[in-house]
Amino acid sequence: MSKRIEVIGLSCYYGQYRAVADVTMTIEPKAVTALIGPSGCGKSTFLRSLNRLHEVVPGARIEGQVLLDDYDIYGSDVDAVMLRRSVGMVFQRPNPFPTMSIFDNVAAGLKLTRQKGKDLSDVVEQALVGAHLWDEVKDRLKKPAVALSGGQQQRLCIARAIAVEPEVLLMDEPCSALDPISTLAIEDLMAELKDRYTIVIVTHNMQQASRVSEMTGFFSLAAAGEPGKLVEFDATSKVFSTPTHKRTEDYITGRVG
Amino acid sequence: MTATTHSAHLATDGVHVWKIRGRRAVVNRLAAFAMYLAMGVALVPLIAVLWYTVGRGLSRFSLNFLTHSMAGVGPLDRNGGAYHAILGTVEQVLLASLMAVPLGLLVAIYLNEYGSRTMAAIVRLLVDVMTGIPSIVAGLFVFAFWVLALHKGFSGFAGSMALAVLMLPVVVRSAEEMLRLVPSAFREAAYALGIAKWRTILSIVLPTASTGITTGVMLAVARVTGETAPLLLTVFGNQYINGNPFHGAQSGLPLLIFQQASSAYPASVDRAWAAAFTLILIVVVLYVGARLLTRRDALNQR
Repeated sequence: MSKRIEVIGLSCYYGQYRAVADVTMTIEPKAVTALIGPSGCGKSTFLRSLNRLHEVVPGARIEGQVLLDDYDIYGSDVDAVMLRRSVGMVFQRPNPFPTMSIFDNVAAGLKLTRQKGKDLSDVVEQALVGAHLWDEVKDRLKKPAVALSGGQQQRLCIARAIAVEPEVLLMDEPCSALDPISTLAIEDLMAELKDRYTIVIVTHNMQQASRVSEMTGFFSLAAAGEPGKLVEFDATSKVFSTPTHKRTEDYITGRVG
Repeated sequence: MTATTHSAHLATDGVHVWKIRGRRAVVNRLAAFAMYLAMGVALVPLIAVLWYTVGRGLSRFSLNFLTHSMAGVGPLDRNGGAYHAILGTVEQVLLASLMAVPLGLLVAIYLNEYGSRTMAAIVRLLVDVMTGIPSIVAGLFVFAFWVLALHKGFSGFAGSMALAVLMLPVVVRSAEEMLRLVPSAFREAAYALGIAKWRTILSIVLPTASTGITTGVMLAVARVTGETAPLLLTVFGNQYINGNPFHGAQSGLPLLIFQQASSAYPASVDRAWAAAFTLILIVVVLYVGARLLTRRDALNQR
């Protein structure tokens, strides 16, 4: 189910402003790829270009290519709405739909895309089990989702994302608003999910990157106003022990950023 | 005041620098007093109007008043009622809402979710200009265009068109504000699930904003329910029951109040007060009902 993502010469723009310049990388399936780097270096923008959410912002556009198993997702015949059913996303702040119950939140992806022929309660249960939330919420599925704690809400958002059975799961700093225990729960979850999905995670927490990922990409920018660039992309163990570039070393040892 | 006791507590170590005193204390009290005074002054007319209307209205108000029209009632008669006017008002406001609310919501959705910056600015300007249209002008317009030029004559529907013109900008601007308050995080969460934009707006954005939108719509309804001037030119007024809003002159509560209150006879003036009380009652019932409906919907989801 999981797919390889090939990014070739990708640049992301907000109007005239170039936020990300010339990124080329291959993201392997059934693995966790972590993206680290200082704030404003374009990690999130890059991530959002992988499910074409970048273009939702007025004036935003990209140059270059993103191939999902050799298929150009920016091709003129690609429906971004359909693409996003294969490339799920979890956001920095937990954002369950406030007017919906726990059940409806998880079912939203299937219900609102009219995918028939599936037993909703089965899908919801599997997704919640997969997100390690089932035991905590199975008795109150009809309760509003916003009544859950922050960590539970974030796992609910993961359940919501995996309920539509995507091939890729993008995670934009999914733990930055959570306490260490909820963070650990989500990291455990990632380790399990990578057997089925291609996972790309943006994180500011370098320990987290070294704990959960196989590959790490380091983004940085030369100066404020300059576009962010991919400085180094390699096996996580290599990046955190013997980085090739001086800037990567400075960043992960805490000398800058 | 709590700050003063707090600083006194801190002052046990002999340091008094935290104590509120002198000019700051005086200004603090003066500002607090001014705020309470302003609140009191603002409440006086509200309470006075409600108190007087409810007081005068209740003494004449009865089931009989609600179930009888003014057919064959002379100015000196003590009987007669507002049934025909209530019927007219409900029909006119309902028709106006049916026209203005869906259209207004669609315009608000366009402005907030679809419109390009320049187009949205133009539409917003037009809507703001529309807000400024005096109600009598809206009535005059429908009178000239519908009643006279098209030979349709007076009718409840003509009145509801004038009311819709007045409602539309209020609905648009309040709904737009409420849609703007829905965080984009919810839209993006929906897009990331592969939910189409129109579906996202319908199933995520509108329900999230529903309580606020309902309040805005109810304010617009309340505003036009009491409009008199445009009805004079379009609905005209009628002593008899006319249940058909599409044909012939109707009555309406504001029209009934206007006619009865302009009369010199005490029985008429009493009827005007009772009708005014009925009008307030209708608006309050509608408002409370709508709030309860959306609140239950927002919290319990079926």
